[in-house]
Amino acid sequence: MKKILIIGATSAIAEATARLWAQRGEQLFLVGRNAARLDAIAADLRVRGSSKVLTYVMDANDFAAHVPMLDAAEQALGGLDTVLLAHGTLSDQQACQQSVELTLNEITTNALSTVALLTPIANRFEALKRGSIVVISSVAGDRGRQSNYVYGSAKALVTAFTSGLRQRLAKSGVVVLTVKPGFVDTPMTASFKKGPLWATPARVAHDIDRALCKRQGVIYTPAFWCLIMAIIRSIPERLFVRIKL
Amino acid sequence: MTLPVQRLTSWGRVMSSEQAVYHPSSRFDPLPAEARTYLPYGKGRSYGDSCLNPGGVAIKTGALDRYIRFDPASGVLACEAGVSFDEILRLVVPQGWFLPVTPGTRFITLGGAIANDVHGKNHHVAGTFGVHVRNFELLRSDGQRLLCSRELNPEMFAATVGGLGLTGLVTWAEIQLRRIHNPWINTETIRYGSVAEFFELCELSDRDYEYTVAWVDCVGTGQRLGRGLFTRGNHAPAGTSAGRHNAKAHTFPFVPPVSVVNAWTLQAFNSVYYHKQLRRSARQVQHYEPFFYPLDGMLEWNRMYGPRGFYQYQCVLPKAHGQAAITEMLDAVAHSGMGSFLAVLKMCGTISSPGMLSFPLPGVSLALDFPNQGERLQQLFTRLDDIVRAAQGRLYPAKDACMPGELFRAGYPQWQKFAGFVDPGFSSSFWRRVMEEK
Repeated sequence: MKKILIIGATSAIAEATARLWAQRGEQLFLVGRNAARLDAIAADLRVRGSSKVLTYVMDANDFAAHVPMLDAAEQALGGLDTVLLAHGTLSDQQACQQSVELTLNEITTNALSTVALLTPIANRFEALKRGSIVVISSVAGDRGRQSNYVYGSAKALVTAFTSGLRQRLAKSGVVVLTVKPGFVDTPMTASFKKGPLWATPARVAHDIDRALCKRQGVIYTPAFWCLIMAIIRSIPERLFVRIKL
Repeated sequence: MTLPVQRLTSWGRVMSSEQAVYHPSSRFDPLPAEARTYLPYGKGRSYGDSCLNPGGVAIKTGALDRYIRFDPASGVLACEAGVSFDEILRLVVPQGWFLPVTPGTRFITLGGAIANDVHGKNHHVAGTFGVHVRNFELLRSDGQRLLCSRELNPEMFAATVGGLGLTGLVTWAEIQLRRIHNPWINTETIRYGSVAEFFELCELSDRDYEYTVAWVDCVGTGQRLGRGLFTRGNHAPAGTSAGRHNAKAHTFPFVPPVSVVNAWTLQAFNSVYYHKQLRRSARQVQHYEPFFYPLDGMLEWNRMYGPRGFYQYQCVLPKAHGQAAITEMLDAVAHSGMGSFLAVLKMCGTISSPGMLSFPLPGVSLALDFPNQGERLQQLFTRLDDIVRAAQGRLYPAKDACMPGELFRAGYPQWQKFAGFVDPGFSSSFWRRVMEEK
């Protein structure tokens, strides 16, 4: 039975992934902001077969709370095998453009908190010489676009940070998996019009689980986003500034 | 917050509506403040207009899909209203439990099963699904959350079971499951020759068999009128093992330009299907999936009726008039030449339904489906409605798209009492139609 810490456990992608793990009987430590929702998810995961589920209320932007949370998770589960970082918010680009405070807040939530969490997690796993770290980044981090470059640049930081971390930890046998989902039909995107490019959280969860089993480093999910983003990245800047994306 | 707009279609594909859509992501979420009326929408498996609310807000319950508790010792399961029967079966069958009652598809939600107080092949011994519902939470448009059971808010419980989603949003419910030893069903299929013979087989079988149902060849006339295949079955005892079950489902790939179901294919299908079994009786051990859910093996099968869609017509007739009225209806269908591809006869038992608007009553139920043929079909429905009215029967709202308001009110004598429990913030196309509201 694996011992798994999930930060941002009430996010749709995290919950769908936790269900796959619960069915296999894994032990889970769920971290999120909303106690009632965490408890509801924990109860669900117990019914689905998880042998042990614990919850912990924490705001990822409260950096001082990170290390006590990690200690609590390690103590409750008796060590850790896997950590999933799935917390985040989808920034309102228009509102951010009018507010420095909001923009910096979004960067803090979607990038700095991840950096703050990854630093002690990486050191612990490096010392153990084993473990897996899964971080939800986004296709939005591949190139800044006018429609959501605040969120995109935060995710670009996460992508670059985890890339370096992966290289550093490879020699210690620690897996770092950067997950780049495309459009996912979640409460975070409830107000968007859905089309054929949209994927369910269950599909993303399945891809994450498979990539982890294969010890992959970076995945696009669904995989066709790899092609879409290759095209978007290859558009020359002079043309890029003239189109809407 | 402005809600996104979506085109929602009901299962018959005849009716659809552009509606604002709200997705609660947990059972704790409040309903958004809205001037428009709400209606819960689960898997969209209601055939007509009972799941649609043009101009209103659909509350899509897909993300209310969490289990709350399950006690494998007692078989009591509590979960959110958007959990599907398919998911419940996958969780509980390996642990020795089964749904207490199931309709002919497992792609429905728990909330939908309560709202339509669904029934199945075991109605004569188990009653409707609502009989096995212990309690649930109802979220009203004023923000109140009511715990409803036979003891707490018993009238609201009775209004909500079979209440077509009109009394508020069921956020979660607790049900009692039924013990099984394995996923297998011992079945026997008997070829029978007439309506009278169907009733005799019911008399003989309903005591010893938990599940009984008949498929009717509705093309046959005269001597062949009402002939069909009678299926009866029981959960297999401990120690039964019947090899492997292939769970792979296919998808009907596209909407053909015209209905695949027409006078010629119906004639051929009904004849071949009736004769698929040459012996009078055949026994086999079947996995529960093909036994309960033969149509679930073909996802999106409703597409086969083409772009015009199809109608279901399901009635239940009190025992006293049942045989004569069924004969009359089958005769009318056979002579119309618009026969049905899946005509199903089922004897309903005497266990009283808990809901004010629950469909089953002691007697016999007939379900028919028809490709949409416009005016011609409406004339047949008028004829069938007359027979149902004369036999003091009623139609099933979950399947209905056409019944006159007066037939609904005559068939459901508690409708006035029910109307008093309807949440003023909830409505549906069906409800406005049968209440003849503008």
